[in-house]
Amino acid sequence: MWETHKNSLIALGVLVVALLSSVVIVPETMQGVKIRAGEPVYTINRFDPNQPFGQTGAGIYWRIPLYERIQMVDRRVLDLDMEREEVLAVDQQRLVVDAYARFRIIDPVLMVERAGTEQQLRSALLPILNSALRQELGRRTFASLLTPERGNAMTNIRDALDRQARTYGAQVLDVRIKRADLPEGTPLEAAFARMESDRQEEAETIRAGSRRDAQIIRSQAEAAAARIYADAYGKDPEFYDFYRAMQSYRRTFETGEGESSIILSPDNEYLRRFRGG
Amino acid sequence: MAGKRNPWGGSGSGGNDGGKDGSEPEAGASGKPGSAGGSGEGLKGEGKPPRGPRNPWLPGGGSEGPADGQPPRRSASIEDLFKQRGPEGPRRSGGGGPRGPNFRMPQRPGGGSWLPLALGAVAAVWLFVSSVHFIQPREQAVVTWLGGRFSHTLNPGTNFTMPWPIHVVDVENVSEIRIERIPAGNEEKLILTADQNLVNLSYLIRWNISDLALYRFQLSDPNETLLEVGEAAMRAAVAEQDLDTVLTGEGRATIEGQVRRNMQGILDAFRAGIQVQGVEIARTDAPSQVIEAFNDVLAARQNAERNLNDARRYEQQLLAQAQGDATAFNNIYEEYRLAPEVTRRRLYYETMENVLANTDKTIVEATGVTPYLPLPELRRRAAASAAAAAAPAAPVTGGQ
Repeated sequence: MWETHKNSLIALGVLVVALLSSVVIVPETMQGVKIRAGEPVYTINRFDPNQPFGQTGAGIYWRIPLYERIQMVDRRVLDLDMEREEVLAVDQQRLVVDAYARFRIIDPVLMVERAGTEQQLRSALLPILNSALRQELGRRTFASLLTPERGNAMTNIRDALDRQARTYGAQVLDVRIKRADLPEGTPLEAAFARMESDRQEEAETIRAGSRRDAQIIRSQAEAAAARIYADAYGKDPEFYDFYRAMQSYRRTFETGEGESSIILSPDNEYLRRFRGG
Repeated sequence: MAGKRNPWGGSGSGGNDGGKDGSEPEAGASGKPGSAGGSGEGLKGEGKPPRGPRNPWLPGGGSEGPADGQPPRRSASIEDLFKQRGPEGPRRSGGGGPRGPNFRMPQRPGGGSWLPLALGAVAAVWLFVSSVHFIQPREQAVVTWLGGRFSHTLNPGTNFTMPWPIHVVDVENVSEIRIERIPAGNEEKLILTADQNLVNLSYLIRWNISDLALYRFQLSDPNETLLEVGEAAMRAAVAEQDLDTVLTGEGRATIEGQVRRNMQGILDAFRAGIQVQGVEIARTDAPSQVIEAFNDVLAARQNAERNLNDARRYEQQLLAQAQGDATAFNNIYEEYRLAPEVTRRRLYYETMENVLANTDKTIVEATGVTPYLPLPELRRRAAASAAAAAAPAAPVTGGQ
């Protein structure tokens, strides 16, 4: 078999290799830039928001081996992640900002000419995002970055970045501050100290308030008790005097501590009958 | 390899008992010592089987003699050995070239090859496996032409496509609710609130895929995007609430709703094909550096409650006492009013009786006499009465 079909088999192999090297499958997630002899010529499967998937330019493309090549450029939304950066707000407050941008390459030929690859495009856009961010946040106070009007700042940054990105054939869809935090070290410690004192104040307020309330309750109770006593005893102060004296004697001499000795005079009221009077 | 030097060779010299090959005056140094030996020494052998050492590697070597007319034996060469003992056993005579294994396909009864049938079977299996797809109820699949252009989406059930690689099928579970826990571990995630305090917060995002094609083709990293969008939305929402509203859970529903709406808005703008089912705040805490101060506030609340409880207890005691006293007085007073003089006397005598019964009494009759107080004796009696009091049955006596 080998002897008889040797030539045809070799020819088949060469054909397969030639086919494989001249066919390029462009997936839905990629755009292809056809580069002819080092010069980008045109774009395959260029992004168009109005094309639903399935009707895009994705599919099989031909190239002349060695003479042409197709560089794949991502067609999807790409992310640009900024390192954490310290930014100075207009009120001299430092804050650490962590931002991201989302962009899409809308002109791959331009991108290939100006930047080369997606990675190089990212490293070109990163300083721009950084400076746009500093510029915009440097005009605002720390507090205003925490409020909803931060959205306005984001729009400004996005527009600034977008202007630059379009010269690279990219479109910036969204810029967002992922986090704006106090920097580690003194500012963070100071914030913690402030929170702590806040809470200490709250705790002390609660304690003092409770002491005050307790005192009020006690005094009100004493007043109420006094009124009850007065209501009852006021009916006959003279009898109250007698009654209370009797109670007092009992408590003092009967249940009181210690031995008592009483020296009575015969004139005592109790001994009135003693004398046969 | 001179045959005559071979200690096992020289079958022809068998008749010459113990005769050394080397001693014979054989000039036949050619590759066929057997024939030379056979012809030269055959006169004594007379057709008897040759004796002497045999070549154990040559089958039946001992039985053949020159008289049988068979080709005379020769000693084994290394080629002989390998010819006989190849990996496939004894070779078929004059087979193919020296190269290549001698494998042969099993043959069909008709004499044809099984090969086309086997290839056909493999192809059928491949066709079946790669073109029939059983998509499970919660799944969907994206079909692409050669991994390139999107063709269509497969829904649950049995689906038919072109075989691989013409149609490439990629199955994904779309309706399963996935849960992202942020932060993933137990570490702190500090978020600034509107009053510039920090709160340690963890939350969950529940999501699923709403459009598989968009999910696959729109974003370079949908999951990472989801997390980043979630974080940005969460920080923005918390930054609009005060620390206390976040901590107490009062603002929790607001934050959760806001984050969900914002996330969905951003993701829809990206056409990410992701549906955010819900955002739940799992835990809100004070940062660990200041948690003691926050706990102290809780302790203060408890202390306050305790203080108030103490005060109320005192209030209840006091009022109950007053009411009891007042009621007792009123009751007596009612009786007293009916017979003032008698009641008064009775109370007086009863009281005095009780009081004086338990005390030492000294009555000084004569006026002008300075009473002598027997204090030492009083003390002695006090000791005695204390001893008596120790005995429970002993009545307390007052010296009467």
